Amino acid sequence: MTTTAPAPNAPDDTPVLTATGVTMRFGGLTAVRAVDLTVNPGQIVGLIGPNGAGKTTFFNCLTGLYVPTEGTVTYRGTDLPPKPHLVTQAGIARTFQNIRLFANMTVLENVLVGRHTRTKEGLFSALLRGPAFRRAEKASEERAMELLHFTGLAPKRDHLARNLPYGEQRKLEIARALASDPGLLLLDEPTAGMNPHETRTTEQLVFAIRDQGTAVLVIEHDMRFIFNLCDHVAVLVQGEKLLEGTPRTVQSDERVIAAYLGTPFEGAPGTEEAAEVEAAEAHAAEDTDR
Amino acid sequence: MNPKNPPTGKTAGITAIPRIPLPPAAARITVIAGAALTLASTFLAWTWTQAFPGNLTVTGYPGGLQLLTLTGAILTIAHTLATTGTPGLRWLSPTRSNTATRHLALGTLATTWYTLIAIAVQLGGIVNLEPGGYLAGATSLITTLGALALPSGRPTPPPPPKPLPSWAEILIIAAAFGLGLSVLTYGIGTAYGELFTGFLLLTGFTTAALAKAGLITRLSRLTATHRRVTVTAAFAAAALFPLTQDTDEYTLIVVNILIFSTVALGLNVVVGLAGLLDLGYVAFLGVGAYTAALVSGSTASTLHIHFPFWAAALTGAAASLVFGVLIGAPTLRLRGDYLAIVTLGFGEIFRIAVGNLNGESGPSVTNGPNGIPNIPNLSILGYNFGDTHTLGGLTLNPFANYYLLMLLVTLLVVLVFSRAGNSRIGRAWIAIREDETAATAMGINGFRVKLIAFALGATLAGLAGTVQAHVSTTVVPEQYVFAGPVPPNSAFLLAAVILGGMGTITGPLLGAALLYLIPAKLQFLQDYQLLAFGAALILLMRFRPEGIIPNRRQQLEFHEPPATGGPIPLTKAEA
Ligand SMILES: Nc1ncnc2c1ncn2[C@@H]1O[C@H](COP(=O)(O)OP(=O)(O)OP(=O)(O)O)[C@@H](O)[C@H]1O
Ligand SMILES: [Mg+2]
Repeated sequence: MTTTAPAPNAPDDTPVLTATGVTMRFGGLTAVRAVDLTVNPGQIVGLIGPNGAGKTTFFNCLTGLYVPTEGTVTYRGTDLPPKPHLVTQAGIARTFQNIRLFANMTVLENVLVGRHTRTKEGLFSALLRGPAFRRAEKASEERAMELLHFTGLAPKRDHLARNLPYGEQRKLEIARALASDPGLLLLDEPTAGMNPHETRTTEQLVFAIRDQGTAVLVIEHDMRFIFNLCDHVAVLVQGEKLLEGTPRTVQSDERVIAAYLGTPFEGAPGTEEAAEVEAAEAHAAEDTDR
Repeated sequence: MNPKNPPTGKTAGITAIPRIPLPPAAARITVIAGAALTLASTFLAWTWTQAFPGNLTVTGYPGGLQLLTLTGAILTIAHTLATTGTPGLRWLSPTRSNTATRHLALGTLATTWYTLIAIAVQLGGIVNLEPGGYLAGATSLITTLGALALPSGRPTPPPPPKPLPSWAEILIIAAAFGLGLSVLTYGIGTAYGELFTGFLLLTGFTTAALAKAGLITRLSRLTATHRRVTVTAAFAAAALFPLTQDTDEYTLIVVNILIFSTVALGLNVVVGLAGLLDLGYVAFLGVGAYTAALVSGSTASTLHIHFPFWAAALTGAAASLVFGVLIGAPTLRLRGDYLAIVTLGFGEIFRIAVGNLNGESGPSVTNGPNGIPNIPNLSILGYNFGDTHTLGGLTLNPFANYYLLMLLVTLLVVLVFSRAGNSRIGRAWIAIREDETAATAMGINGFRVKLIAFALGATLAGLAGTVQAHVSTTVVPEQYVFAGPVPPNSAFLLAAVILGGMGTITGPLLGAALLYLIPAKLQFLQDYQLLAFGAALILLMRFRPEGIIPNRRQQLEFHEPPATGGPIPLTKAEA
């Protein structure tokens, strides 16, 4: 049942992301224990698990915000140093579960900050304002506006990030992450707190991102979202990877249901599984609003 | 409010009930009549003896503090008429806000009563007041009561300003700067403490009233569209200042204000843009000043060399830069409070080390506590700053020379601040200030970017220090303390930035001017200065945490873009 085989539709390139044996201990607590995960080019991979399973901690290990106690993270075949700015430089961008925008900067400026790694002008060119500086600023702004159009935030370019409604703040986080032209985008609960309509547009957005050639690794408690979207799903329970596989295999695995509901349903007939997943979903949705 | 449409306060209104029950029209008449009588009272004698400064004994001609009351009364009348839509005055109050009228009435009341109380206290009792004084006191009180009776409630939103031809807008900007400069010049030139206190009271309330009346918003819209003109007008106005002075006295004050505000603006890069709390910033000024003193050819300098000014300025700035990097590299890995403590420590280490490099406790470099005196005057291309020059009929005394040089340095620092703030690196600073974790996750190398901010701040302070050494002709370690009675010191610099408005250009300049002038003018505050200063900061944090000049971002916070106009454009580096 524990499928470690590559997803069926993965092209046989080098994987975008390979995490091997990632372990994170906080004192006595092991939040993530020996997790392996591979994301192949063009894939949307889901990471699910009950609250406190260690999903966000795993993301933090991937992006260098935490230095993993053990294990390595590789991006397109090269090992990543555990420094957030170097990880972003290499091509992994992320969003945060509890939105972390630059609240007092405008929407456009937030995205421009995302361009930081892909631009070079330093202090001196800023002070001298030569033609090269102006050109680079103009190009950054054009790219940022492109992303704002892509995420539907263009009309709000001069608003302060803090004044955006919740759903748009999440979209702005995505736009800001995309500004670094990442090869892999990590989304931590991108639809938390969104209404069904916004969730739907976010789904479209993630597909569009994938179609532009960026692989996506997404944490989400909304099972319908995950199963619609992902080519491959991994389940994390109490810091350990319980199983991974196609949405279909994961969806029908009893251990997943047990992990979410707490007690295994002895001898439940297959037809009721869908209902249980529904229940798990509702439960999870409540919990995300913490 | 328009009389044809009196209950505007109510229709717009959350709290339309006036504090004093009086129909709006009656209240308005009370205000106008009261202010008119106050105005008349300034032409009477308020006291019988000239022992109180400013000669308030003359009937038929207002003098001294009476002029301030007179100004307050005129403004109150004009604004009240403006709120009723009187043709020709309407521009005075785009928002038609009664709160602005109240502020003006309160300003007049405060100035008048302050004068009366000061007379009574100084001359020993209220018997020293003449009937004119009683009249002024009573009528200003009536005016205020009338103003309090005006309906409150939210002012109606300002109608979109009529589009003016751009030459007219530029003229308005120039007029506003001219007015601002003359108010400031008047404040600097106030001959005695009482007049300065009255001036502060009146300008404080009037500024609040201008903001409530919507004039400041209008002006900032204009300056945002004509940035270049604004900057030019500001510096032209500033450059004209020494020409309005016949003595050295005030030019010296203004040179020192300029040094103080330039250093405060440099600190604003570190504190306002990058969000790094630096409590030892004055040390960088010291490094610049000491370096310039050492290479100035002063007889007391241990290095017997004499650099031309450009070389001395570069050396001073470079020395500060090196010092900044040396201090920044180990400390900038710390966050928040730790950084503040460590920079505080380094600031003190600088002062104490300089005090000990006297050949006894350490190598002989700085003459220890005696410092380096006899720093010669600057001479650039044969133009000696110590002489009085006449250029095309204009007389420039030594301090005016230094003032103009310092103004160039200020202009440079303003340019650096605005350009750096509005660029990739400036955005990275602001991002770090807003959320360091998110910023590093966006690919910003936090340490590197913070070090650049720290080093840039240090360099700017060092540059200002090289001029300061020549202006003060002596450098001693005790000029560069953490907190002391004479600005600039680290505490006052930080206070200037916070008081003025973090992340803005005009904020620290204005904050520094106020923090320099208030202690210099109010001698009686001398003993309680730090106490008063602390109290003022607490009040400020309570009532106006964004500082006198709010950052445009903070303005945006409360001011969502109207459907038509779009938000006030974020001007360069108003980060
Ligand atoms: N910095 C930290 N120090 C100590 N413990 C931590 C730290 N960060 C996370 N933990 C612990 O690690 C465990 C996993 O937390 P994590 O936030 O990764 O869960 P999650 O799967 O993202 O949950 P959720 O679905 O609620 O977001 C939790 O028990 C949490 O308390
Ligand atoms: Mg989480």
